[in-house]
Amino acid sequence: MELYQFTIHELQDKIKNGDVTATQITASVFSRIEAVEDRVHAYIRLMKDDAFAAAARADADIKQGRLKPLSGIPIALKDIVCTRGVATTCGSHILHNFVPPYNATVVEKLLEAGAIFVGKANMDEFAMGSSTETSYFGPTRNPWDLERIPGGSSGGSAAAVAADECIASIGSDTGGSIRQPAALCGVVGMKPTYGRVSRFGLIAFASSLDQIGPFTKDVEDCAVMMNVLAGYDPRESTSVNADVPDYRQFLGRDIRGWKIGIPREYVVEGIDPEISASLKNAMAVMENAGAKCVDVSLPHTPYCVATYYIIAPAEASSNLARYDGVRYGFRAPETRELLDMYQKTRMQGFGAEVKRRIMIGTYALSAGYYDAYYKKASQVRTLIRKDFEEAFRQCDVLMTPTTPTPAFKIGEKTDDPLQMYLSDIFTISANLAGIPGISVPGGFTQGGLPIGIQFLGGPFEEGKLIQIASAFEKNANLEKRRPAL
Amino acid sequence: MEFEAIIGLEVHAQLLTETKIFCGCCAKFGATPNSHTCPVCLGMPGVLPVLNKKVVEYAMKMALATHCVINPSCEFARKNYFYPDLPKGYQISQYARPLAEHGHVMVETDGGRKKIGITRIHMEEDAGKLLHDEHNPVSYVDLNRTGVPLIEIVSEPDIRSPEEAAEYLKSLHEILVYLEICDGNMEEGSFRCDANVSIRPLGQKEYGTRTELKNLNSFRNVQRALEYEIKRQRYIVENGGEVIQETRLWDDAQGVTNSMRGKEEAHDYRYFPDPDLVPIVIDDAWVQAIRNSLPELPSAKRERFIRDYEIPAYDAGVLTSDRALADYFEDVAKRCRKPKAASNWIMGDVMRFLNDDKRDIRACPIKPEDLAEMIKLIDEGTISGKMAKDIVEEMYQTGKPPQTIIREKGLVQITDEAELTKTITAILENNQAQVAEYRGGKEKVFGFFVGQIMKATQGKANPRLVNELLKKLLAG
Repeated sequence: MELYQFTIHELQDKIKNGDVTATQITASVFSRIEAVEDRVHAYIRLMKDDAFAAAARADADIKQGRLKPLSGIPIALKDIVCTRGVATTCGSHILHNFVPPYNATVVEKLLEAGAIFVGKANMDEFAMGSSTETSYFGPTRNPWDLERIPGGSSGGSAAAVAADECIASIGSDTGGSIRQPAALCGVVGMKPTYGRVSRFGLIAFASSLDQIGPFTKDVEDCAVMMNVLAGYDPRESTSVNADVPDYRQFLGRDIRGWKIGIPREYVVEGIDPEISASLKNAMAVMENAGAKCVDVSLPHTPYCVATYYIIAPAEASSNLARYDGVRYGFRAPETRELLDMYQKTRMQGFGAEVKRRIMIGTYALSAGYYDAYYKKASQVRTLIRKDFEEAFRQCDVLMTPTTPTPAFKIGEKTDDPLQMYLSDIFTISANLAGIPGISVPGGFTQGGLPIGIQFLGGPFEEGKLIQIASAFEKNANLEKRRPAL
Repeated sequence: MEFEAIIGLEVHAQLLTETKIFCGCCAKFGATPNSHTCPVCLGMPGVLPVLNKKVVEYAMKMALATHCVINPSCEFARKNYFYPDLPKGYQISQYARPLAEHGHVMVETDGGRKKIGITRIHMEEDAGKLLHDEHNPVSYVDLNRTGVPLIEIVSEPDIRSPEEAAEYLKSLHEILVYLEICDGNMEEGSFRCDANVSIRPLGQKEYGTRTELKNLNSFRNVQRALEYEIKRQRYIVENGGEVIQETRLWDDAQGVTNSMRGKEEAHDYRYFPDPDLVPIVIDDAWVQAIRNSLPELPSAKRERFIRDYEIPAYDAGVLTSDRALADYFEDVAKRCRKPKAASNWIMGDVMRFLNDDKRDIRACPIKPEDLAEMIKLIDEGTISGKMAKDIVEEMYQTGKPPQTIIREKGLVQITDEAELTKTITAILENNQAQVAEYRGGKEKVFGFFVGQIMKATQGKANPRLVNELLKKLLAG
């Protein structure tokens, strides 16, 4: 087995035993990138020199007996988190040359934990998309089938882990942008509770929905990453100052007697039969492990997608107003006066999907429409949150498919935004409610595409999610496969 | 037809916090362009605002000083529009749920004291500044002011004349400066005003169509612009026209208002609650703590000065126009126990020196205890009022206490009867012709002798004693 194939916890054991060095691991990952990146295109930018320098520092630390939680672990960052001195593009032409003079809080935390940054992962432009096809830098391909999308918007981060082009990665999830690509690429992806992981330095798409989280090869690594990422940040007003447990303590714990809610509204038309079958299988696995699956209702589920596509674009239309060509990023050349500069810069700097959402959002906030759209959506959002509160009175966690279908073909849905939006149908509600969710591999279709199972928990119950996901991982006893790249 | 004007004012006051409202940058005026900036106030991608608590407390002070109700929970909203001085493409302000509402201030008008309602007070961030190159088609952006905290104070349409508008503004200005939450500098833009004005035939209930006036950067301009605008609207209505709703810019040089943008071009600001900030919850204990920290406000102080120090209303008005000046007066008055004398010296000589040097009372070289001491020395007869005029100037120039100056210059008043008698006798002997005139009934000559005596004593002779002795000696 090659070093790049191991998990964080396995590599840390090897480092601890003196079997490998950070530099060896880094070299292994970059050799893998050299071999497959042409086909996968998981990255917008590689940070090879930085990575080897960091590996050398990690090795020096390790030699002195300072082994940190992520010492020597090569990690990919979605190109939406700001990295000091390294271009951060958000997958957009308008930020193609933007070099932040600051690090996102999560970047600081990862550095503090000894992580080695491999590069900036590809993504849908401004995280708007479910396939990574809207990236200004071209699409990422699903390592399991290069004709297919890896999911999105954090498709680069998911594909990088699936293709072993890093050991773990960072993504962001506004309506499913971690969980959906995790499911489609066969890796573990967690969206924490809103306020659990700092958003400082995360380029905003929809501020009340965005949340950073990890992609990992297994649930244990997810716990390791969450130990590093979670915590209060005084630089973010919506950060929550709540205790952060050691998430590793939830690994391998018994789930006997747990009630797992199966939301009845998530059995919808258009869901792929193989996905339905995988959920049935997952229910059987959990029952065998001593849990009980119960029927629960989330009555406002049919309104989730509509609510999301008012609130997210409304916030985005305001968040993206700063990209005006005045201070940084792209400015259209040869413009006549101010309005002309604004219009041409934004016309040439943003892609079609971003423009579509800016227009939807601007419309929803306009005088005379605000009450009917944004205000109404905010009220429905409260009802959706209450649905979950009620459901969690009846069960410990919820279990659903992560996506309605496995990975689709590149180009298949690019002309049909509504179809594209529906690929987040099972993930959007968690963002609206602010609750945590995790997607874990739940098997494969007959065609060999990964399927994801999603668990949702109450606010700040990431520990519970790790416990149930770890139990599922252990009991499902899924065949270990690797993409044939 | 008789018309009445309906005026409402929107005042923006910059708060004197050390740092900006949502970041740690310095909020001071006048630095090198863009030196007081950071990724947060520059609106760079991914950065987030964190509220400066001082801003809330300062705004609460103004709200309480103007009798507003502070809302138990308020929130920030985004006001969206594009302009190069607005880095985020939106201003963080308050909209649906402001900090405070339903207040008022009392103003003095020709018709007596009048209550002007305050609709709301809310917090927001200031925008930056554009500097336009005079010779090239280029504009420069200075973002030092971006994120400097502001409060906006919106009045009810209770104001009926330009004079009332000016009085209302002065009243707000005075309170803000008293609270030490705003420096009130209109030229530097730390106190700004927009006006909404309409006219209606006297007796009519419905409001007329209003215009909004901008660029009013002094009390005088507010008044002039309103006067002009009321005249303009009247002319339109009297000639059968209709006032259109628009924003108009005051042109100071021409003394006119010009249309800036009409209703159709008005911005749709698309306000919505800022998702990056959480609602501000203000409990009774916090309100009470701020209430307890409020200083005595100008109107209350004025009344107290008239009552306790028995000084004229005019004096009280002048002395309380500035909190530091009022403190200075009180300090002097308490020490010398001669409030009217204290008021006279401060409003006369001391303020003249300060004005000549364009100095603030806070920078006055004369210490209150020294001025009080000087007043005491006059009262005790140690120095004359005339000598005091010179002494107080010396005190201002040197900062020395009066006794030192008196000692150094040998300025002590001559109150020694024997010595003075000797001087007077000598003068009478040298001017026998005038003595004869006086004794012949020409009493005017008395003044001549006083002048001679003062000259001989370099003005140090006690005037009362001079009078007394001169009369006695002339009488023979």
